[in-house]
Amino acid sequence: MSELDGGAVLRFPPHVKFRFDERRQAWIVLAPERLLLPDEQAVEILKLVDGARTIDRIIDDLAGRFDAPNAEIAGDVLAMLRDLLDKKVLQQ
Amino acid sequence: MIDADPPLALLAELTHRCPLGCPYCSNPLTLERSSAELDTASWGRVMTEAAELGVLQVHFSGGEPLARRDLVEIVADAAAAGLYGNLITSGIGLDRTRMMALKHAGLEHVQLSIQDADPAVGDRVAHRTGAQIEKRRAAGLVREAGLPLTVNAVVHRQNLSRLEEMIALAVELGAERLEVAHVQYYGWALRNRAALLPSRDQLAAATATVEAARARLAGQLVIDYVVPDYYAHRPKACMGGWARRFLNVTPAGRVLPCHAAETLPGLKFPTVSEASLSEIWYGSPAFARFRGTDWMPEPCRSCDRREIDWGGCRCQAFALTGDAARTDPACALSPDHALLIEAREEAATASLDFVYRSFAAAASAEV
Repeated sequence: MSELDGGAVLRFPPHVKFRFDERRQAWIVLAPERLLLPDEQAVEILKLVDGARTIDRIIDDLAGRFDAPNAEIAGDVLAMLRDLLDKKVLQQ
Repeated sequence: MIDADPPLALLAELTHRCPLGCPYCSNPLTLERSSAELDTASWGRVMTEAAELGVLQVHFSGGEPLARRDLVEIVADAAAAGLYGNLITSGIGLDRTRMMALKHAGLEHVQLSIQDADPAVGDRVAHRTGAQIEKRRAAGLVREAGLPLTVNAVVHRQNLSRLEEMIALAVELGAERLEVAHVQYYGWALRNRAALLPSRDQLAAATATVEAARARLAGQLVIDYVVPDYYAHRPKACMGGWARRFLNVTPAGRVLPCHAAETLPGLKFPTVSEASLSEIWYGSPAFARFRGTDWMPEPCRSCDRREIDWGGCRCQAFALTGDAARTDPACALSPDHALLIEAREEAATASLDFVYRSFAAAASAEV
């Protein structure tokens, strides 16, 4: 597993595309050897991955919007982002 | 009629011409001549129709797609249609000018095959002297162009002892991903099965090597691992289920649910000149034939995994039993599972000689 802390800033590498597919009316991730159809929760996280926000800011934003404790959200967010880093769908 | 979702990916087999002769090629034994190949404009139309149908990714394959002089134009048409383009290549015939033209045409990713870590053995399997050197050069050109690189290493009885070296080679070539793929026994690979099928001990060692390398190289190299059917207890969900996620267009323009489907008797697959991809995907009786679960015999029909593995592979069921509608023999619940055990026993003492993939061998196979 990749090392990851709340101060890290993530972005999509070149040649990984996170976009809305009109045909399916759904967000998709296109990457080398990968095609992901993220669920709603994952889409909300990925929309905040912009190469500028730290992971802590992403967690704060989600906690505020979904009225949930930071700690509860942090576990899910970090687990998902670590997994995508390992798959090279995201990079630091 | 079963409702179908739009397909996710298109495998565009642009040509069956290839400078290599790998004995595990997944192409059919009957190869299409260049005179039968679709022209540039037809491939362009296929890309547009695929995108309209909902396809997201296109894999340019073959044969060797670089053998098409109009590859850059086809790649550009796919990118213009909004498709994510992946080139599946041996690397033979790639030069800097062509690599940059492909990049500027909108290509997103390259998957480069290697046959072995030992150049002499690699060249023997590829049936081409100097192939390994050309592949190294091609990997360098991909990295220089700034495109992500996946190395594809097909593994079998005759190269598994060098799996560790193949992983090291992928790192050395600058790959971000490595696909370690045990041979799938279709087409030429089925013909050469006895010379390729690994032992159970070899498979176990390979799996352990991959797991250790994944832990060691986490964050540096992603390793995908494709295991062989012949030691499985449950079949693979071939293509994610018949005509559920993937489309294949052959060099001559025939539209299939998978690259081996043309081997199945009694199914008429339309060509891109006879109907649109959408008409074929939603309307072709051949696509509907094994879609979903209604076609299934027992033990699949009542199995709680029927919507996980979709009965396994129709082409493997046909190749091994002569009936495409039987349960895939890779499943331990199949009444035909003993066929795989017999194949393992046969391979244990078989010759290591290959029948190489070639148009000449294809012609003799047809007789």
